[in-house]
Amino acid sequence: MNDMGPVQTIGVPTPLVDGPEKVTGRAMFAADYCVADSLVGRILRSPVAHAKVKKVDVSKAREIPGVKAVLTGEDCNQTFGVLPIAQNEYPLAKYRVRYRGEPIAAVAAVDVATAQKALDAITFEYEELPAYFTAEEARAEDAIDLHEERPGNIERDVHYDLGDVEDGFAKADLVMEEEYQCAEIAQVQSEPHATYAEYDTQRDKLTVWPSTQVPFYVHLMLERTLEMEKSRIRVIKPQLGGGFGCRTETLNVELICAMLARAAGGRVGLVVSREETFITHRGRPETAVKMKIGMRADGKLLAAQSECVQRGGGYSGYGIVTILYAGSMLYGIYDIEAIKFDGYRVLTNMPPPGAMRGHGTVNMRFAFEDLMDRMATKLGLDPFAVRRANLLKAPTFTFNDLMVNSYGLDECLDWVEEASGWKDRKGKLPPGKGLGMACSHYVSGASKPKHWTGEPHATVNLKVDFDGSVTLLTGAAEIGQGSSTMATQCVAEVLGVDMGRVHTISSDSAITPKDNGSYSSRVTYMVGNAAVDAANNLKNVLTEAAARKLEVPPDQVECLGEVYRAGTQDEGLTFDEVVMEALRDTGTITVKGTFTTLPESQGGKKYRGAAIGGTMAFSYAAQVVEVTVDPDTAEISVDKVWVAHDCGKALNPLSVEGQVQGSVWMGMGQAMTEGTRYHDGLGITGNMLDYRVPTIVESPPIEVKIVEAEDPHGPFGAKEAGEGSLSGFLPALTAAVADAIGVRAADLPLTPDVLLKLMEDKARADKKAAAQDSAEVA
Amino acid sequence: MSKSMLSLTVNGRTRDDVVPDNMLLVDYLREVVGATGTKVGCDGGECGACTVIVDGKARHACLTLAVSCNGKAVETVESLERNGRMSALQRAFNEKLGAQCGFCTPGMIMASEALLRHTPNPNDDDIRRELAANICRCTGYVKIIESVHAAVAETSAKEAAE
Ligand code: FES
Ligand code: FES
Repeated sequence: MNDMGPVQTIGVPTPLVDGPEKVTGRAMFAADYCVADSLVGRILRSPVAHAKVKKVDVSKAREIPGVKAVLTGEDCNQTFGVLPIAQNEYPLAKYRVRYRGEPIAAVAAVDVATAQKALDAITFEYEELPAYFTAEEARAEDAIDLHEERPGNIERDVHYDLGDVEDGFAKADLVMEEEYQCAEIAQVQSEPHATYAEYDTQRDKLTVWPSTQVPFYVHLMLERTLEMEKSRIRVIKPQLGGGFGCRTETLNVELICAMLARAAGGRVGLVVSREETFITHRGRPETAVKMKIGMRADGKLLAAQSECVQRGGGYSGYGIVTILYAGSMLYGIYDIEAIKFDGYRVLTNMPPPGAMRGHGTVNMRFAFEDLMDRMATKLGLDPFAVRRANLLKAPTFTFNDLMVNSYGLDECLDWVEEASGWKDRKGKLPPGKGLGMACSHYVSGASKPKHWTGEPHATVNLKVDFDGSVTLLTGAAEIGQGSSTMATQCVAEVLGVDMGRVHTISSDSAITPKDNGSYSSRVTYMVGNAAVDAANNLKNVLTEAAARKLEVPPDQVECLGEVYRAGTQDEGLTFDEVVMEALRDTGTITVKGTFTTLPESQGGKKYRGAAIGGTMAFSYAAQVVEVTVDPDTAEISVDKVWVAHDCGKALNPLSVEGQVQGSVWMGMGQAMTEGTRYHDGLGITGNMLDYRVPTIVESPPIEVKIVEAEDPHGPFGAKEAGEGSLSGFLPALTAAVADAIGVRAADLPLTPDVLLKLMEDKARADKKAAAQDSAEVA
Repeated sequence: MSKSMLSLTVNGRTRDDVVPDNMLLVDYLREVVGATGTKVGCDGGECGACTVIVDGKARHACLTLAVSCNGKAVETVESLERNGRMSALQRAFNEKLGAQCGFCTPGMIMASEALLRHTPNPNDDDIRRELAANICRCTGYVKIIESVHAAVAETSAKEAAE
């Protein structure tokens, strides 16, 4: 018995606790709840991008046998929106439609054919308004306002000017400026949006199974738009087929489905198509960035100035936060004081973008790192040396008051430099081959939540009963990222028991404690900490019970996980015996753990919106990308990626690797092939063939190094792992292409036709220069 | 819509159903058979989430009419467990994290299953070729390739031991 000890789970590569369901087909996604006798929901969408709604005539549709409910904008008087300061969207357009494909009516019918017939029978009368499909058109002087409360169609402008930027540029040995253009990106999570809803007319209760990352926000918006008491609503998050941010706010699909279920007095499944999923959007906005950097001859950054224009859509969504992140996250990675930022989020008649993975930071990081690389070339410096000249020293606060307590970027740089053979291979590869590198970072959750209620940022409940099992109740939305596994590991580790003792139940509003949801990489840090706190509280209860039974003071009880004993000679009590003793006085044990961010982590006050970016910890990443460019077709193949990611203590190294690979690869899609396209506001890439997500054929090996700069406040020292390495791929790719063929791209995606044009331009310029040279010689 | 008699085996069980002639195999499996393991991820032929095996070959169930499977053997992800034990591929996808969100997984596993039946020892290129029509948005495919290799390794280790 002496060699027995607590079971260790933290730091051990651990398959997902819900993995078996996923590989056997038993996992229940929202569409899988739509049993044969539930009604079929369908949405009628606007054929125009901007119009006044005059009449939506549903009288004929209502008469069709088998049609159980027909709804229009008249059936809902409340707006919704994720930001309390920007709730300007109706589930079904009411007075105006503001983008093509916006829902204007919805039906529930006995089957698909009947639902379709009902949609066909609805007529829509409207008065068309001028529509704006680019940020420029929407900002033009004579443009009409999409929303009265947003004059000039500026959703939000952000300005700060910190430190002495002009002085920095004056002192710099090199100042360079460049303009970048990044296409709009869609998440294309593998599961199209789906919701299943059941309205119980006997009890006036509503249960909803939405495909969401934020069941709590959906709950709030159901309360608001259905004007129902929130206590009569239950939200159960089913298994989720990814999200990557498009489901971090309530979507109209969820609200419409619930409205239909109530109107029909029954069960409705609303499973939208892939095209409708594209239209629902909430991806990364099309972004124009002007970036100017001043650098000393040794690579030290002295000042930066940047303008960012994001093309928003017809409604706010997360827009305000996106443009704030774009500015604030220029800080947090390098040691730089002087930065000036001007950001504009513009409303246009396009589907609304949202909070995609790497929210707000990706296109800015691309521009910043790409320009750094150009400047390194110009100064004859190694890009690694330039990064090393600008490292932060933790603990510190950045010049815009972001708290940095742990920082592993130096170690990340060392590893990717070594693993990629950078020193020996850079500049020595055969023609057409190149290496590029870049760095990136991301927050571990926003320290100031957008719904500021004064509650802790996370709460976890544990229940222990006669069977000796520990039930872990968490609102954390498992979306495939492994949050349930992470929470289970935290509890098992603290108690020292096998994970099999722990049953984890997540995201059912009737059972689990509230959680804000899975976004901004908050879950591991916040819910992990709450889980640790809960497990410590439970351990105290058990230790006290063991002490009573063993008749020793609690501080003499040694917890070995499955055994609690008083000294090494003591045979001790089994976990079950301790639990039975603990239950004796109180019955079923329930304990709680919470987590609240430190006030000093909640960002600064130097400019309006400066709290955005404030976080308990940043993750850091560096990567090297190796490419081959075909000189004739300009096709780029990515041969290999080496990426090092500092996630603090890796709670589950298997998951961390998977997250980092997925992030890098998603960055690759954005850099090389992805981008939505529209014709007069009509999406023409609303499928997975025209919107090119990389297939397995063109996806490279991605070697991951986990760097563990442990954070003093993270659970076991952990930080985020699921977003921080995405943005680095973009500039590493443009740098690698430049290394391979001497051509610099500033616009993404860098498709073969774009690159071919750049190559031809360069060839022409080279020829001209050569001709001039020989003319001069002659 | 006219209807036809459909006689086939689904996961080894003989069935006779009357189905509309325009019913897709994926809808038949999900709605008539009740086997919801097979997923629908797109509007037709874009993603591979619906991949099943028909007479030994991987097929998109969303591009296949149910009635065209008359007299054939259809296999879905639900068929792979034997006596309550997951198949080598399922275990590998679970243990190597070949499945994150799990939505592409049934299709990915069935496409891999079809591959291993005709190429029991695939290299990376074989895997890439056979899974080219299956989109995964979570993994970057790295651990999917590892999972297929791990399944092969486990199977051959077991065969060597026998
Ligand atoms: S469901 Fe996407 S290919 Fe069949
Ligand atoms: S595991 Fe999520 S799409 Fe493949």
